[in-house]
Amino acid sequence: MTDNLIRRGLSRRGLLQTTAGLIGGAVLPGMPAFAEDKLAIGSYPAGVSGSTAFIGISVPRTGTYAVQGEDELKGYQLAIEHINSGHDLIKKISPKTSKGVLGKELKFGVADSAAKPNEAVQAQQRFISENKAIMITGGTSSAVAVALNKLAQREHVIFVCGISGSNDTTGKDCVRYGFRQNFYGQTAAAAIGPVMVREFGKGKKAAYLTPDYTYGHTVTKSMQDFLATAGWTTTTNQVAPLGAPDYSSYLLNVANSGADVLINVNWGHDAVLSTQQAKQFGVLDKMKLVVPYQVPFIARETGGLMQGVYAATDYWWTIEDKFPLAKMFNEAFEKKYGYKPEWGAENAYVSFAHWAHMCEQAGSFSPPDVIKAYEKGETIPSLVGEVHYRPEDHQCVRPVIIVKGKQQKDMKNKEDWYDVVEIVPGESLMQKPDAFGCHLGDYS
Amino acid sequence: MISWPNLVSQLFNGLALGALLALISSGLTIIYGTLGVLNLAHGAMFMIGGYAGFVAYQYTESFILAVIAGSLFVMLLGVLMERVIIRHFYHRPHEDQLLVTFGLGICFVELVRLIFSSQSQLVPPPALFRGITNLGFMFYPTYRLAVVGIVAVALGALFVVLYRTRLGMIVRAGIEDSVMVDSLGINVYRVFMVVFGIGAMAAGFAGIVNAPVVSLTPGIGDDILVQTFVVVVIGGVGSFPGAILGGLIAGEIISVTSMFNPGYAYVMLFAAMTLVLVVRPHGLLGVQGRE
Repeated sequence: MTDNLIRRGLSRRGLLQTTAGLIGGAVLPGMPAFAEDKLAIGSYPAGVSGSTAFIGISVPRTGTYAVQGEDELKGYQLAIEHINSGHDLIKKISPKTSKGVLGKELKFGVADSAAKPNEAVQAQQRFISENKAIMITGGTSSAVAVALNKLAQREHVIFVCGISGSNDTTGKDCVRYGFRQNFYGQTAAAAIGPVMVREFGKGKKAAYLTPDYTYGHTVTKSMQDFLATAGWTTTTNQVAPLGAPDYSSYLLNVANSGADVLINVNWGHDAVLSTQQAKQFGVLDKMKLVVPYQVPFIARETGGLMQGVYAATDYWWTIEDKFPLAKMFNEAFEKKYGYKPEWGAENAYVSFAHWAHMCEQAGSFSPPDVIKAYEKGETIPSLVGEVHYRPEDHQCVRPVIIVKGKQQKDMKNKEDWYDVVEIVPGESLMQKPDAFGCHLGDYS
Repeated sequence: MISWPNLVSQLFNGLALGALLALISSGLTIIYGTLGVLNLAHGAMFMIGGYAGFVAYQYTESFILAVIAGSLFVMLLGVLMERVIIRHFYHRPHEDQLLVTFGLGICFVELVRLIFSSQSQLVPPPALFRGITNLGFMFYPTYRLAVVGIVAVALGALFVVLYRTRLGMIVRAGIEDSVMVDSLGINVYRVFMVVFGIGAMAAGFAGIVNAPVVSLTPGIGDDILVQTFVVVVIGGVGSFPGAILGGLIAGEIISVTSMFNPGYAYVMLFAAMTLVLVVRPHGLLGVQGRE
């Protein structure tokens, strides 16, 4: 909208494109020449010729994904703090990390992407050209992730993807310089689909609420494809724009569709609003709700509407009973920020820890070397057990966690929203690396 | 295939949405019509009404008190805004007015985000209006039905103020010719202050009344502002009946288009606006030739 264009142009960029480490981004001229004898490529070696390395972070701090973006940002900040101080948790994931990455202190800048690709690209372009960012990150919107993939490949700067669920991110829009830790929409469908068939039966009718961009369309398609194998049909697929102010018209179509199950693919505040309004319109009394790609904070923001609802997620804090690293992370995060971390924070933290690990393994910030370290496909720790990145599409193979909303009477504390029903190993869920048309580009 | 129950449902839903748009737009159009100021902070006023009501609800758990608090707070904010800032811009170019109100809107949104974070805040509907009502041809959220009634009463009250009181007569005269009103010895600036307060209050009132329907986030006013402007253009800038007509038309366009293809709802809305601008440049009920 014009309104938003003007807003961003006039204000947001100036106000919210920040902060924390811009000071550190400027590499001092006259420092000793870089010791490594490597090909100059992208921001390398200029970005790491001093005592610091700069990271460009773009997360949505406004708009429908703002809450998730803030959580993600906190995960990044904690990871950077831990990397710079050589925290025990980082050492568990990246044993060679002592203080900083390869001895360089990490600095960072933060920009508000508002979940808009052009804003994220502009901000990251500035971080690359002005601050010589050696790595860029961002997400919470697959449209942003896909756009940053392209920027990363063009600029030869590694992009560590934030939250992005589209099949395209490491599918048809994959790049040599991009890596994703959280799973495909297809993976989510493969993980939660069997649970739905087991719970609701075969031959059911489903209605979909789909956000109108790459994430929504690919997740819906994956769910439809998977459930078709169990004889499920689609009664209606209601496609709404990102940040729709009201879902009543869509929900009336859903209510009149005769579906047994509502599959809400929306994310962020869109998911919260559409679920609340589904309740208001009596849709949730008529049909079951499933959230195939769980939305951090949806349980608390909908005030209990997720009770009994199945969802697939990257992370839920109660898995700390099974994974000691998750427990360490939860404790560190809660101590710093005062609440249990959600998926965005976990995704951000682990992505950075893995990148630090790969740089240390490569013994260099040189992007081709770091990429090749990822592409060894080495099994490495994460908060949810051992994982690895596939060399063919740069997708992390990791478990998917299926949760079910708890009844209020069963909640042990105010953040105990879900039971972990199942932790599905990643390998069994993955499609072939070329199933979505991934062709990684060149190293240089 | 058109399903008749679905069509009727969507028509009804369009009425509910349209009523709300009409109320917000009437505030915007009264301010513009009287003061000549296009208030781009109007969406933020709508949002603040919701948050002020939310705070009141937290303390009192009374929805009625929340509505009163939300409306009055925004009215006072409007008056303050007019006294401190807007009055200096009456004789400035329109672009200055747009920029300053736009900037204020951003400040308000960021201030609210700072205080309440971006997380959604819930204001439950009053107990009397919870649940779903069977209308015979469809089930519809009871509170949304109530919103139609509440908004109708609010619009009626605005009508009475504008068309049955001396203040209203001055305001309407001011819309036609503020110089003449001034020359008749009426303190136009005091009237302006009151008008700005009433216009802001309409947005604030709509904000808190709408809060149980949508839940609150700091950016909630952004989309509504765009829709509100479309409504005002369709109905006729500065026309109170035009705002009501425009609101109802916009609500029905969004709702009925959504039945066939939700992605085209806004396209159709803007297409309708363009059509109106071509056929009747001053809007359906706007006054031709008014500055």
